[in-house]
Amino acid sequence: MAETLLFNALRAAVDEEMQRDPTVFVLGEDVGHYGGSYKVTKDLYKKYGDLRVLDTPIAENSFTGMAVGAAMTGLRPIIEGMNMGFLLLAFNQIANNAGMLRYTSGGNYKIPMVIRGPGGVGRQLGAEHSQRLEAYFQGVPGLKLVACSTPYNAKGLLKAAIRDDNPVLFFEHVLLYNLKEDLPDEEYVLPLDKAEIVQRGKDVTILTYSRMRHHCLAALKTLTQQGYNPEIIDLISLKPLDFDTIGESIAKTHKVIIVEECMRSGGIGAELTASINDRFFDELDAPVLRLASQDIPTPYNGMLENLTIVQPQQIVEAVQKMVALRV
Amino acid sequence: MSQERTIPTLPSVNPVSRDEGLMLYEDMVLGRAFEDKCAEMYYRGKMFGFVHLYNGQEAVSTGVIRAMRPGEDYVCSTYRDHVHALSVGVPARNVMAELFGKATGCSKGRGGSMHLFSSEHRLLGGYAFIGEGIPVALGAAFQTKYRRETMGDESADQVTAAFFGDGTTNNGQFFECLNMAALWNLPIIFVVENNKWAIGMAHERATSQPEIFKKASVFGMPGREVDGMDVLAVRTVAQEAVARARAGEGPTLIECLTYRFRGHSLADPDELRSKAEKEEWLARDPIKRLAAYLTDKNLVSADELKAIDRRIQEVVEDAVKFAQDSPEPDPSELYRYVFAED
Repeated sequence: MAETLLFNALRAAVDEEMQRDPTVFVLGEDVGHYGGSYKVTKDLYKKYGDLRVLDTPIAENSFTGMAVGAAMTGLRPIIEGMNMGFLLLAFNQIANNAGMLRYTSGGNYKIPMVIRGPGGVGRQLGAEHSQRLEAYFQGVPGLKLVACSTPYNAKGLLKAAIRDDNPVLFFEHVLLYNLKEDLPDEEYVLPLDKAEIVQRGKDVTILTYSRMRHHCLAALKTLTQQGYNPEIIDLISLKPLDFDTIGESIAKTHKVIIVEECMRSGGIGAELTASINDRFFDELDAPVLRLASQDIPTPYNGMLENLTIVQPQQIVEAVQKMVALRV
Repeated sequence: MSQERTIPTLPSVNPVSRDEGLMLYEDMVLGRAFEDKCAEMYYRGKMFGFVHLYNGQEAVSTGVIRAMRPGEDYVCSTYRDHVHALSVGVPARNVMAELFGKATGCSKGRGGSMHLFSSEHRLLGGYAFIGEGIPVALGAAFQTKYRRETMGDESADQVTAAFFGDGTTNNGQFFECLNMAALWNLPIIFVVENNKWAIGMAHERATSQPEIFKKASVFGMPGREVDGMDVLAVRTVAQEAVARARAGEGPTLIECLTYRFRGHSLADPDELRSKAEKEEWLARDPIKRLAAYLTDKNLVSADELKAIDRRIQEVVEDAVKFAQDSPEPDPSELYRYVFAED
């Protein structure tokens, strides 16, 4: 389908899966006639009708619970969080019902649903619209957490998430919707539980996801010029973490830097660090280094906002320090 | 004593046949006997956690659920879910085993008293937090409409009943779901079991308009008020609501005025409800009332009802024995059921 913007790659994934399976439907705020806040569902209602692209009232907790009930009874809902942060209002239905219900029901029900939408720190959107919900939800049993980062993986991963029989939280980044990439014409589906090796290298393992993948690639340009050869891994699956790929890389580099947009306390990097220490401590030449957002509500001011999240120069410096073992 | 409302009377109730009368009586007696046995087992240390008993409210479960199609229609419950589970047909053995935490429980010992599930019986579950079951029920109702209208499934005419209490009707999910049900004309019945007390909070202390059935009107939805201690009245109103929903005429809110004969849970000292109030409601016992009706109308004899009482007692004793003799869940399966593939 030639050069495709990320939001259109997502749209194509939804369209193809709705075409393929009549039980797949979309619901959320302004997903129908308006086309979605980032146009991921633009005009799909014209093709599939108002029930399959269901504009809901602004009632996150209730429409999320409704999706759980629909999933329990055989449909495959895709919820769009207009902004992922709004889904804090549906925390109970996502955690207690989507996440835990299969277990508490002793396997009576499965809940095949996708909860997707824009998150992360955008450009001066203020604290409430700049959430990294993956940190809040990673403790909930029964949920899969996936973060896309390119048009190619966005499409293949979303298709896989829709076909998965479990509740999947699918994170898109508000600043990545206009990324462009040539996509294959033929259909493809990507595994939800596999990390992606973005750049093969040997000096140090950089673990990252979502928009920070692109910050790491920006840093890579400088690092390459300076003779460094880092391995960059996009986690893709934030839960469960792909420790096979992570472990293989650590066995090669013996050094790990985590680059994330999550807040430092209780973030994905915190869990990752602990797990790496549990599993691969003997392989490490130095303690895991974590670059994460500051533990503050994301400030509105652009300069303060930049200070809040990790910048490419910090990644460059971290690699220099780590490779010299000055950590 | 909290405020009492005038108990509504219907102009007429739908007549029941002898068989229907016996069926309703048996279901209510099963609910009562089962809950009494739960209290006994709890105090003997056989079941744990929070256990909320349904004594006194049997006419609601039986009146509504037995007006639906077993195994086809959907039922969604709360933490006070044992008797709803029995009414939809989950065997007493599997409900009791769940309360004992056994592998043979309807939720395989993973759920407990507040989380009874049975997909086979279309029991969408017991939900422990206030109001969270209502949107789940709404989703089942949406699914029925979706199958009929987008997938051309002519057999999709199932009705969903969502049960919840007076306390829940002050929660946003109640209003949000009434709105969506009316907006999309969904086949759902909202059944409010107004037992006057949300643990220790008297209903009229928590809400500005205590007459819950009236809240339906602002959504353009029929709201019915019914004597929740009269199974025939509940059944009459439920039959009408089920028929409306099944015919595609949309949702109904039914407020059943009822009372729990025990505390909120077995951990509740129940100090706030007055003796006079409890006695007044105990005198309106729905099981005795149905028994009197059936014998007055010469539909059944007192001996026949006693025979049912005895048989149900045996069913409950058998359920306890089954639960006691059942195995614990396999420790190697601790992680089973977290994901769909498990």
